[in-house]
Amino acid sequence: MSFVLETAANPENLRRVAIDPLSRVEGHGKVTILLDDQNKVHQVRLHIVEFRGFEKFIQGRPYWEVPVMVQRLCGICPVSHHLAASKALDEIVGAKQLTPTADKMRRLMHYGQILQSHALHFFHLSSPDLLFGFDSDIAKRNIVGIAEQHPEIARQGVLLRKFGQEVIRHTAGKRIHGTGAVPGGVNKSLSITERDELLKDIDDMMTWSLGAVHLVKLMHQQNPALYDHFGAFKANFMSMVGFDGGMDLYHGHLRARDGAGNILFDGVHYQNYSQIIEEEVKNWTYMKFPYLKSMGAEKGWYRVGPLSRMQNCDFISTPLAELERRDFIEYSGVMPMHAPLGYHWARMIEMLHAVEVIKNLLHDSDILGNDLIITGERGFEGVGVIEAPRGTLIHHYRVDENDLVTMCNLIVSTTHNNQAMNEAVRRVAQQYLHGHEITEGLLNHIEVAVRAFDPCLSCATHALGKMPLEIEVLNAASDQLSRLSRSSEGILSTPSSVV
Amino acid sequence: MQVPVKPKLKIATTSLAGCFGCHMSFLDIDERLFDLIELAEFDRSPFTDIKHCGPCDIGLIEGGLCNAENVHVLREFRANCKTLVAVGACAINGGLPAQRNHLSIATVLTEIYHTQHGLVGGFIPNDPELPLPLNQVHPIHEVVKIDYFIPGCPPSGEAIWKVLTDLIAGREPDLSHGLMQFD
Ligand code: SF4
Repeated sequence: MSFVLETAANPENLRRVAIDPLSRVEGHGKVTILLDDQNKVHQVRLHIVEFRGFEKFIQGRPYWEVPVMVQRLCGICPVSHHLAASKALDEIVGAKQLTPTADKMRRLMHYGQILQSHALHFFHLSSPDLLFGFDSDIAKRNIVGIAEQHPEIARQGVLLRKFGQEVIRHTAGKRIHGTGAVPGGVNKSLSITERDELLKDIDDMMTWSLGAVHLVKLMHQQNPALYDHFGAFKANFMSMVGFDGGMDLYHGHLRARDGAGNILFDGVHYQNYSQIIEEEVKNWTYMKFPYLKSMGAEKGWYRVGPLSRMQNCDFISTPLAELERRDFIEYSGVMPMHAPLGYHWARMIEMLHAVEVIKNLLHDSDILGNDLIITGERGFEGVGVIEAPRGTLIHHYRVDENDLVTMCNLIVSTTHNNQAMNEAVRRVAQQYLHGHEITEGLLNHIEVAVRAFDPCLSCATHALGKMPLEIEVLNAASDQLSRLSRSSEGILSTPSSVV
Repeated sequence: MQVPVKPKLKIATTSLAGCFGCHMSFLDIDERLFDLIELAEFDRSPFTDIKHCGPCDIGLIEGGLCNAENVHVLREFRANCKTLVAVGACAINGGLPAQRNHLSIATVLTEIYHTQHGLVGGFIPNDPELPLPLNQVHPIHEVVKIDYFIPGCPPSGEAIWKVLTDLIAGREPDLSHGLMQFD
């Protein structure tokens, strides 16, 4: 199965342009583009270039090591892996319903993570494109440039992320790769001192995250031609929603909608994910391509993450985020918002929601409780699903009588978005590159599309991180005619002869 | 007469076969980032759009070596950075990705792209765009000389800050009690 612009009919007659490494994203990947003599685009691919093999080497390990090991798949959202694995292993230890303290401590940890990851993604990685322009000066197009030109925005971003990291530290013991969740519960609750330390800053976080939502909303309102159409394509949406249909990033069941917003399925218990999702391999990337089985590979691919969650849920339980969600829905009109840049808007609404949830949890006395773990009848198979910052994350394990893992299957958020990200870069290539002389600024447009998804290619390689830019121009016989590269100063150069 | 401004130090960072956790820990210096950018500027790093390393004072490497491209990038850093620092367990001893070292790469690839649960018609990705995986994951000191090592998975933001400020001040980096950790 091949999509429009996925595979050129006659690649041998085309020039290759590569964006390698992709930057200001998390993980190792590159984009390659094949162009003809008139700069018409014939093929665009987002490749994940690293491979780790986690699902294989986890076999044979004792199950209780898993929540701590799996975090090392990804240092950007380690808590998501930690919790998805713990949820799966709750099934193994027979913990059907966690204690209120355990459930709320895990939620607190998770929403701390949503906050820190969304803040990092928006402020540290994407805001330079949005505030300076997609083809702005490469030397300034980073968080340092933001700190110089927009010091207050940079400061708020850094402190929002810090706050999220502190929530994680207090719940998991460590900011990165902590150990708070265990099969059947958690290993600590909050002390009053820890709680009060977090409560002290919560109102600033609320104000700043509301400010961030308004900033992105204003960008859409002021420049709809760009924000609503850049790289836009119609696709299905999938996410977990709470059992009441509200937004719930920790627990619930699966729901999907088609591109017009009609429900495709709802209320699917995630233990049954393999009945609805199948995966395909392509030879040019290590990242697999999942799709809804019932619709097949061609029509069944879908998007996950903030854009899906915002339009998939019926409501948000916290008041400020709910008002913003309604604005978002009203703005997009009868049809769902399909624009990749809409991800940022949805992401900031979720960040606001996370702050509200954290505040509520901190005021709940259950987080100070001592009843941390339960166990029940031992099971041998478990699936754990969570809405990670980037989207639905699925962990699935089988464990034998000796407590050793015999099977592990992971579908990480970025993998669900594989076809969608490829689609987005192909649209942008058609909209902006097709027929034009390639410049650094144009290439950054491609990266802006990738960044909208906040891909974590670190997770997607099932354990390696860094997105690697370089353009090579090949002649009809695939000989290199010229090579365009970004130097350390970010300057494009063509070391050999130009076509 | 104008006082000559002292040029800022240049810092480059990269993630090889790592999880980005060490980079996130670097950002855990929080507001001190604003102090750092008064003293230093970033060259190639996942936080900038500079794709290749130019001459730098300090290079921070996260992650070990799992494919041919990692080796290439590591050599680029060694050739350009006066001081090269291995940050975190993966760079120092391979870390979690090295757990595959007792298996053959062929077995691992086959299992994940051929026989894995829920997969339809699998095969091993083999496009020339994909860098060749190495048989085993290697620590970086096996390939180039490393000047300093910061242990931990990840080392804390505190530890990274201490080493950076020592290096910027021209002192021998010293991780005293509490900053040296191995988990
Ligand atoms: S040392 Fe730990 S935190 Fe650093 S890259 Fe390796 S796994 Fe991630």
